[in-house]
Amino acid sequence: MSAEPILKVENVTRRFGGLVANSGVNVEVRQGEILGLIGPNGAGKSTLFNLIAGAFPPSEGKFIFEGKDITNLSAPRRCQLGIARTFQVPKSFDTMTVIENVIVGGFVRHPGAAAARRAALEVLDFAALSHRANSPASELTPPEKRRLEVARALATQPRLLLLDEVMTGLTPSEARLGVDLVKRVRDQGVTVVMVEHVMEIVMPLVDRAVVLDLGRVLAEGTPAEVVRDPRVITAYLGERHRAA
Amino acid sequence: MTSAVLPNSVLANENAFASRRRNQLIIAGLIFAAVAALPRFVTDVYMQNVLILTLMFAALSQSWNILGGYCGQISLGHALYFGVGAYATTVLFVKYGVSPWFGMLAGGAMSAVLALALGWPCFRLKGHYFSIATIVIAEIGLLLVHNWDYLGGALGIQWPFGPDNWATLQFARDKIPYFYFALGLFIVTWLVTYFIEESRWGYWWRAVKDNPEAAASLGVTVFESKMAAAAISAFFTAIGGAFYAAFVAYIDPESVMAFRFSLLMALPAVLGGIGTLWGPAVGAAILIPITEITRSYAGGGGSGLDLIIYGTLIMVVALAKPEGILSIFRRSAKSENAS
Repeated sequence: MSAEPILKVENVTRRFGGLVANSGVNVEVRQGEILGLIGPNGAGKSTLFNLIAGAFPPSEGKFIFEGKDITNLSAPRRCQLGIARTFQVPKSFDTMTVIENVIVGGFVRHPGAAAARRAALEVLDFAALSHRANSPASELTPPEKRRLEVARALATQPRLLLLDEVMTGLTPSEARLGVDLVKRVRDQGVTVVMVEHVMEIVMPLVDRAVVLDLGRVLAEGTPAEVVRDPRVITAYLGERHRAA
Repeated sequence: MTSAVLPNSVLANENAFASRRRNQLIIAGLIFAAVAALPRFVTDVYMQNVLILTLMFAALSQSWNILGGYCGQISLGHALYFGVGAYATTVLFVKYGVSPWFGMLAGGAMSAVLALALGWPCFRLKGHYFSIATIVIAEIGLLLVHNWDYLGGALGIQWPFGPDNWATLQFARDKIPYFYFALGLFIVTWLVTYFIEESRWGYWWRAVKDNPEAAASLGVTVFESKMAAAAISAFFTAIGGAFYAAFVAYIDPESVMAFRFSLLMALPAVLGGIGTLWGPAVGAAILIPITEITRSYAGGGGSGLDLIIYGTLIMVVALAKPEGILSIFRRSAKSENAS
């Protein structure tokens, strides 16, 4: 692991009217790691996620990606630089087939359609969706839609992949496939940040976890450190369970 | 993600896709050849006229489909670009003796630039709001031309009579050259669509239509994609307007810029299959003959009858096959490909 973090979130605040969704958040994402972004509902995980991907700008603070200030760059520009994301509620292109969905992402790296199609076929193979290549995206099952989200993001050949609750709602066996996919993505040299609130899935998978609560970073460390942290237990389970 | 050895499935998929594309082109070639032979069998001048208008509206709707069908930006103001093409060609030819061939390209370029200028504010609007803006802008254009003396105002401009020839696009005695021009224009717009469909713009437009937010996250520059679609669409719409001006040899604001034209460009695509390669042609082949024939049978007073028939057709399609007539065939084609 190189010393220079791939992404630095510096003092980021985001307000929606009177609501402060993120407040003075500082996070460093290390090259090549899987970082879990966890926290109870309403902790500001999704907001931080959207801010990193460039869906909307922060009220204050900066984002440094590979040494470059990307705070004012649009979402497509960030994608060109190597940041890709999935959506919590899958946003597939439903009038297109599965492979066409993936080809859209491929054009960031391949100007020609033939090259984009070939890259898409390889990505589908990687994400175990080859057999569905010519199906309309609207006909995929929910777990397949999640894999399509990941495949489409991978087609942009990211260096940082943001996964927004890709495991939520999956059965244990589907989740195992998902975990396997995330590990293989990391093995390709892609840094992964994942938002998840199914703790049993995230904790064994991630190298480090950042816990958000009420828009602030509550704790940070290895999964083992984080789950023992009394503040984290309180945030998740309430004051009463702290003694246990 | 680049592996040294491509799996066989990848190659098989690529080959299947390439042959599907080739077959589409061959079938299109056969259809174009069949249509080109039609004047041999249709000798009635009135029916020839119907054929010419059908091909022209197929080409126009094909152009509209680039922005409305592929990119999902429903314009109901394309009469504006049609009018720009018609007026640019007419004014350049009648007042300055410039060849209509050049005037046509000049009109196309003006339309494309106008589409970019109008797209700048309008593409910040979404869905119905965008459509309403296009209607209003086209109506403003119509009013401007009405009161613009240089463009002939409400009286319009008459093309001078001259000998039949291709240089001035004047064929007073025999309408068949117009038929081939209209067919040529349709083939060009079809080919443009065919090639763009399998290009970066083609994929990006469809992504923008389906989900702009997801598209942006995948590196699609949403605004630029809409602007490109608008410019290409406006360019070919203006070429159609230029053709129409030469064909009728007399234009006034109502005859080339009325709202009716905007509808006649959008409806064939909607009826046949929006965002599909053949939808506009299928829609035009149904709608335009109905329009022309009811107009001639019902006479001048019954000009509303064709609109009643469109309305009914659109309602039937919207209820039974919301994706257009072509979607009836698509299902079987898809399940075939899946094997």
